[in-house]
Amino acid sequence: MRIFKIFLVALVFIYLYAPIVVLVVNSFNQSKYGYKWTGFSWKWYEKLLANDTLLTAFSHSVTIAFLAATAAALIGTLMALAIYRYRFRLKQAASSALFVVMMSPDIVLAITFLVLFVALGIQLGFWTLLLAHITFCLPFVVITVYAQLKGFDNHLIEAAQDLGAGEWLTFRTVLLPLLLPSVMASWLLSFTLSLDDVIISSFVTGPDYDVLPIRVFSMVKVGVSPEVNVLATLLLAISVISLIIFSLLVRRKVT
Amino acid sequence: MADAEVLLSLRKIVKGFGSQKVLSEFSLDIFDGEFFTILGPSGCGKTTVLRLIAGFEQADSGQILLDDADIAAVAAEHRPVNTVFQSYALFPHMSVAENVGFGLRMAAVTKAEIKQRVAEALAVVKLSGFESRKPHQLSGGQKQRVAIARAIVMKPKVLLLDESLSALDHKLRQQMQMELKQIQRKLGITFVYVTHDQEEALSMSDRVLVMNHGQPQQIGSPREIYEAPRNMFVADFIGEINVFDGVVEAENDELSYTVNIGGVKKVAGAEFRLEVGDEVHVLLRPEDLRIEYIEDQPKDEQGFLGKVLERSYTGKTIDTLIALENGNTLRASEFFNEDDPDFDYSINQRVWVSWIDGWEHVIKAGPLE
Amino acid sequence: MTKNGLANVLSFRQLVITLTLGWLMLMVIAPHALVIMTSFMTPDSEHLAVWPLTLQGYQKVLQPIYFDVFFHSLWLSAIATVVCLIIGYPFAYILAKQPPWARAVMLVLMMVPFWTNSLIRTYAIKLILGKKGVINSVLVGTGIVDQPITMLYTEFAVIVGLVYVLLPFMVLPLMASFEKLSADLTEASKDLGANALQRFVHVVLPLTAPGIIAGCLIVFLPAMGMFYVADLLGGAKNLLLGNVIKNQFLVVRDWPFGSAFSITLIVMMAAMLWLYVIANRFVQRQGGLDDENL
Repeated sequence: MRIFKIFLVALVFIYLYAPIVVLVVNSFNQSKYGYKWTGFSWKWYEKLLANDTLLTAFSHSVTIAFLAATAAALIGTLMALAIYRYRFRLKQAASSALFVVMMSPDIVLAITFLVLFVALGIQLGFWTLLLAHITFCLPFVVITVYAQLKGFDNHLIEAAQDLGAGEWLTFRTVLLPLLLPSVMASWLLSFTLSLDDVIISSFVTGPDYDVLPIRVFSMVKVGVSPEVNVLATLLLAISVISLIIFSLLVRRKVT
Repeated sequence: MADAEVLLSLRKIVKGFGSQKVLSEFSLDIFDGEFFTILGPSGCGKTTVLRLIAGFEQADSGQILLDDADIAAVAAEHRPVNTVFQSYALFPHMSVAENVGFGLRMAAVTKAEIKQRVAEALAVVKLSGFESRKPHQLSGGQKQRVAIARAIVMKPKVLLLDESLSALDHKLRQQMQMELKQIQRKLGITFVYVTHDQEEALSMSDRVLVMNHGQPQQIGSPREIYEAPRNMFVADFIGEINVFDGVVEAENDELSYTVNIGGVKKVAGAEFRLEVGDEVHVLLRPEDLRIEYIEDQPKDEQGFLGKVLERSYTGKTIDTLIALENGNTLRASEFFNEDDPDFDYSINQRVWVSWIDGWEHVIKAGPLE
Repeated sequence: MTKNGLANVLSFRQLVITLTLGWLMLMVIAPHALVIMTSFMTPDSEHLAVWPLTLQGYQKVLQPIYFDVFFHSLWLSAIATVVCLIIGYPFAYILAKQPPWARAVMLVLMMVPFWTNSLIRTYAIKLILGKKGVINSVLVGTGIVDQPITMLYTEFAVIVGLVYVLLPFMVLPLMASFEKLSADLTEASKDLGANALQRFVHVVLPLTAPGIIAGCLIVFLPAMGMFYVADLLGGAKNLLLGNVIKNQFLVVRDWPFGSAFSITLIVMMAAMLWLYVIANRFVQRQGGLDDENL
């Protein structure tokens, strides 16, 4: 039984990581096609640095992921607060809407966003991309933050109010600091989802604001493209390093 | 219980979790048909004993004999032992009848028999008519009853109850204590009940085992445990107790000694031999202390002087906290005297404290055995 | 102080509620309503969708050529979902039984691949499955096979890709339902004489059913939309519904038809959600101490 468990876990992680390993190894491979190791080389890194369009798309993707995660974490926290603290008309509709966003296939969300932006006559590009990404991240933020809110002792809020803090002050001085773990966790989740997204980005961005999946799609659909390996390696490295810094910061804050 | 036969016997059980030893060479005999309670603070190993009997944990070494057969290697699902869980652990997706009939279904009993036995079990716990309810439609007390019915329907040789009443409110708990006792008497099944609540243990059990740190401290009838605790742990854990530290000064008679308690000389009976010079604790329950107004102090008897620190009226009794002149604090509990409704103390009032000879209980001082 | 406090209540509260409702109205409810409307409109090459209302879009969905694509993609998604479930169920169980730190490490390890963008990962799978890819190099190199096996541009490749991208989404809800499954309940069934198989069938499976349905819901429908997986790994024959919808919206520009297809997906989602709600109601209430009705 124990052997079976270890075997299964190992198999799943091999499955998840094999493609990543292939990408990383090939980013240093001299051979273009990456079927055989022909020697170590930095040449694809040099090539990527010279590829302005790809670098631009890369920076756009990271920018959007960063901004969308930050905005979603903020707005989602306020939404969780609204749903947890206040009674208002259409509250049920609001939580249903969030549920729909969470459960909807990306392709459905993508076309609803596209139809909306076109109907409103908004030029597809940075802003449409940002709005769409914030929206599809929101339910994950709300769920995470709401779960923590639910675990709170309600007297905390009452105590703050009893001591004279208004709603805003209560939120800023009591709730927000306590909610920080779930807000940060949901930021990370949003960042991840936004960076990973292909489908929604394909529908809601325009020619003025090229992002990674679109650029890469045209590069890899037919052939092989070593710069993509390099890109993947860099993305992975940046993310893992940020995660480590992030967790060190969190640990320091806790202790 | 004198002529009862041993049904379940734990012999030299050793059990550890990781590096932590919970039980070492733990032995215990439980008689057929008795209501046996294991009492102790949380973490004392009492639940581990229960889980070993149920088969949810395996002992590192030692034997568990049921009807003289070693069941240590028998899987939980094959032991003729059933458990009433602290959390009730009712299957939320099954009705009351399905919950109660679950074990019988697993044993491939015929449908007709299941139906009949489920009805009987539900009648025992007074839940007839609740067959089709779901657990979430039941109150806490009703869930408790279903959990009991689910276990007794299996006609186990031993029924294990793990802090089963701890989640109920005070009144319901007292009622369930009575009912549990009745069910046990009616079915004649051996009950092994685990609790940290001494009142529960005393009121329901035929015999009680007091445990601490994985070690048995005392085993006996509730009365023995309460009135003649074997050591300070038991004395302290079961109810309130007042402790007078003294030294044996003389032997008066067989097992009767004069004990010098800070200059006050009292005669005390012991259940074992003491030597002159032994240090002892003289123990008295709050209700066994005798208090007199200072002016009524008897001339021919030695006692302790003190003053009233605090008093409280509990309905049945008047409880008094008394600071003795030797620095000790005592807790006394006196039954309300209907002939003297004004009887009461005022704070700082000086009083004289003693006890009726023979109501004291003496144990040897020193580290716990 | 109190006056100020009252003003704060009104303004902050109002602000938060307005933001919540406004955002969701504009970005979720209105767009869905627009798609429903579009699905009943007439396609128009210049204005995308115009009056009058018609059922043309839905009629097109039923045309054999699209109907076939629909069913084929339903089939591929179903297989991918089942594979995710078969791998994900025991995996989630193992994960749920780990001590918290080990579980956190494993969850982060599951998340790390996401940071490379799923399109790039899908491309990597292509490198592995290709005629000269990693697997074939090993197989041919070690002499297990003479000729490279064709894996790329097959149903197999699409399923591998879909499972790869979606497996974590199956694991998470399953893990949550395993966490909720109290050890007391399995012990109780053991205590009452149920063997391992009986415990699984009568207790574990029914009580994790909400997780299974939620996982399938999160995997099955999105799988049909993963056009890039089909594009990179499936070749021309193994299209997914997402390819058709994308094509209609971005290339052919028949919006009513594309919308009608999406509505079909939404209707299927609603049906599965309904199933989920039923299953949840079935097991959600605990027979234990944490029941709200206590």
